[in-house]
Amino acid sequence: MTTEARAVGGRLLTPTFKLMLVLWAAATAVGVVRFTQGLGAVTALNDGYPWGLWIAFDVVVGTGLASGGYAIALLVYVLNRGRYHPLVRPAILTSALGYSVAGIAVMFDVGRYWALWKVPVMPWRWNTSSILLEVALCIMAYLAVLLVELSPALLERWITVEHPRRQAFAARWLPRLARALPFVIALGLVLPTMHQSSLGSLLVVAGTKVHPLWHTGALPLLFLLTAFGMGYAVLYFETIFSNVAFRRPLETRLLGSLGVFIAGVLLVFVAVRFAGLMGAGRLGLTVTSGTLSFFFWAETLLLLSAAGLFLQQWVHASPATQLQAALLALAGGALYRIDAFLVAFQPGHGWRYFPSLGEILITLGFIATETMVYIVAVRRFPILAGVSLTEPERAPAGLQEGAAS
Amino acid sequence: MPNVSRRTVLRTLGGAAALAAAPAPAEARAPRPPHDDDLGLLFDSTRCVGCRACTVRCREANSLPEDVKLVDGVPYDAPIDLNDRTLTVIKRTSDGADGAFVKAQCMHCADPACVSVCMLGALHKGERGVVAYDVSRCVGCRYCQVACPFNVPRFQWSSATPRIVKCELCRHRWREGKGAACAEACPREAVVFGPRAELRAEAHRRLEAEPGRYQGGVYGEREGGGTGVLVLSAVPFTAMGLPALGSEAVPALGETIQHGIYQGFVAPVVLFGALAWVTWRNRRAGGGGEGER
Repeated sequence: MTTEARAVGGRLLTPTFKLMLVLWAAATAVGVVRFTQGLGAVTALNDGYPWGLWIAFDVVVGTGLASGGYAIALLVYVLNRGRYHPLVRPAILTSALGYSVAGIAVMFDVGRYWALWKVPVMPWRWNTSSILLEVALCIMAYLAVLLVELSPALLERWITVEHPRRQAFAARWLPRLARALPFVIALGLVLPTMHQSSLGSLLVVAGTKVHPLWHTGALPLLFLLTAFGMGYAVLYFETIFSNVAFRRPLETRLLGSLGVFIAGVLLVFVAVRFAGLMGAGRLGLTVTSGTLSFFFWAETLLLLSAAGLFLQQWVHASPATQLQAALLALAGGALYRIDAFLVAFQPGHGWRYFPSLGEILITLGFIATETMVYIVAVRRFPILAGVSLTEPERAPAGLQEGAAS
Repeated sequence: MPNVSRRTVLRTLGGAAALAAAPAPAEARAPRPPHDDDLGLLFDSTRCVGCRACTVRCREANSLPEDVKLVDGVPYDAPIDLNDRTLTVIKRTSDGADGAFVKAQCMHCADPACVSVCMLGALHKGERGVVAYDVSRCVGCRYCQVACPFNVPRFQWSSATPRIVKCELCRHRWREGKGAACAEACPREAVVFGPRAELRAEAHRRLEAEPGRYQGGVYGEREGGGTGVLVLSAVPFTAMGLPALGSEAVPALGETIQHGIYQGFVAPVVLFGALAWVTWRNRRAGGGGEGER
């Protein structure tokens, strides 16, 4: 048994990959219209709903789904659960991809994208009471941290290639990175703690618009908890995906014991939420708010059922149930975040928003791009670890069929 | 499992919790009350007849294009709401005798949400209390639109180089000794321009002279921490579409929570130190993910 990460290898241009390319091309076409004609030409955004799918899904949900690196780093390096180490690299990779996509989505979304460079380089202009400024700076810094955390994967590849200068570079920097690791990891934990909670704080100012079932002073804590919940759940999804797509071994027992952590996080989330509502005397709203009551209970039940299944994993681990539990938790967390930013956001009479085809196509394009980069990365770089295999199978049969790659 | 003391874990988690949890009794931020010499407007809804001369004069004074709508094939400059070319507009709350005219425009809050949230200070409190816009600091994130309880800032959706558009109290005309164009255009003194102290005195003079004419005092004296635009009305303010705000400034709660968490940047630094130390110690003890192979 080994925890060394290896490149998966194999063919890149599978049918799935080609479909992703088509989606990417469609999104690019829409993108051209957006950048030449303005946001109104492709989006359903308006002055009442200035933030739509790109912010609520690509950024707010996207970075939640990209919290795998955050969650696993806390578990492995701080709580010292070394046996989860094989999950670290793929999690960091998907986090880096998710945060990159969020960054690019912001470029598409802000009206004056060419002025964005001013945000990090003009500290004398910083409005320190702006929560969005904190979020923006934190996300930029965290993306850099993720790339540093990921760089050993590139350097380990370089050290094996027949290229003296790359080899020398890798040989010099790998040990330095190893020494700096505790600080990089600590930074990689503090930054998401800050901006994931602040994503929730963003909505505190909109007290007259965000429905009282979602508007609470505990928004930062609730967003931080969903980041944990989604971050851990995504680890299951990734492990099972790489099993189906790349014939990697399943980590059923390993993930089974992790279930208690997630169940705990999800239960604390539900408890904090209900305590807040009770404290504010708003429990009645959970049944009197019509459609919004439905969404509230949908979130709550998704998370509770996920917690139940995760707890069950402690006793009896099974990959199918783990996938179900993970999907329920991801759906619950994502729904909570979308609801807070869009469904429960009510700017007043007459304002309506539903994402346009153009917005949806661009979001699909982002997901496609992310998937393509992930596939290339795990096939060419040492990301995935072969825990139970002595030799990684080269070009396994499933890949030719294009199973899910 | 390499040893990790319970105390270490608790300390780490405690730090994280301190960072994330909203400290309830966190020091409330200092209020920023309005000043007597802040410039603003008094809008007396009971005097307004809906002629929209203010909308037209505002366009001229700010060199904005018309918002032309076809009614039975005939073009009118007829904005139905604030938009990317309309900084003020007169609306009707409902048809019939109990309806009222409402003047929509920037309220020039003493402590505005849009200013609190703006990343680089594109929206800022300018000279004499005006909420001013500086396009060179704007990235077009539209957080101001999310934050404003009055839905005032508007965005140029059909432009590839969009700006935020809102009333700036005709501050470009002050040097010429002129005030807000809308007030200048009003034939019935329904819109009055002046320093806050004078506007308040005038509002109370009108309330006392004809108490039966009005309902609910002066909107903006306290609402949302005070607004530069004061409103008098014969119908309840909420019926006019004005949000029911407490006397606390709109951005106060969010800033109190955020400043509570990040006071002096102590919590993040402490958390960073604790995490780095724990990680370093775990690795030295042969753990930190490298062990247990």
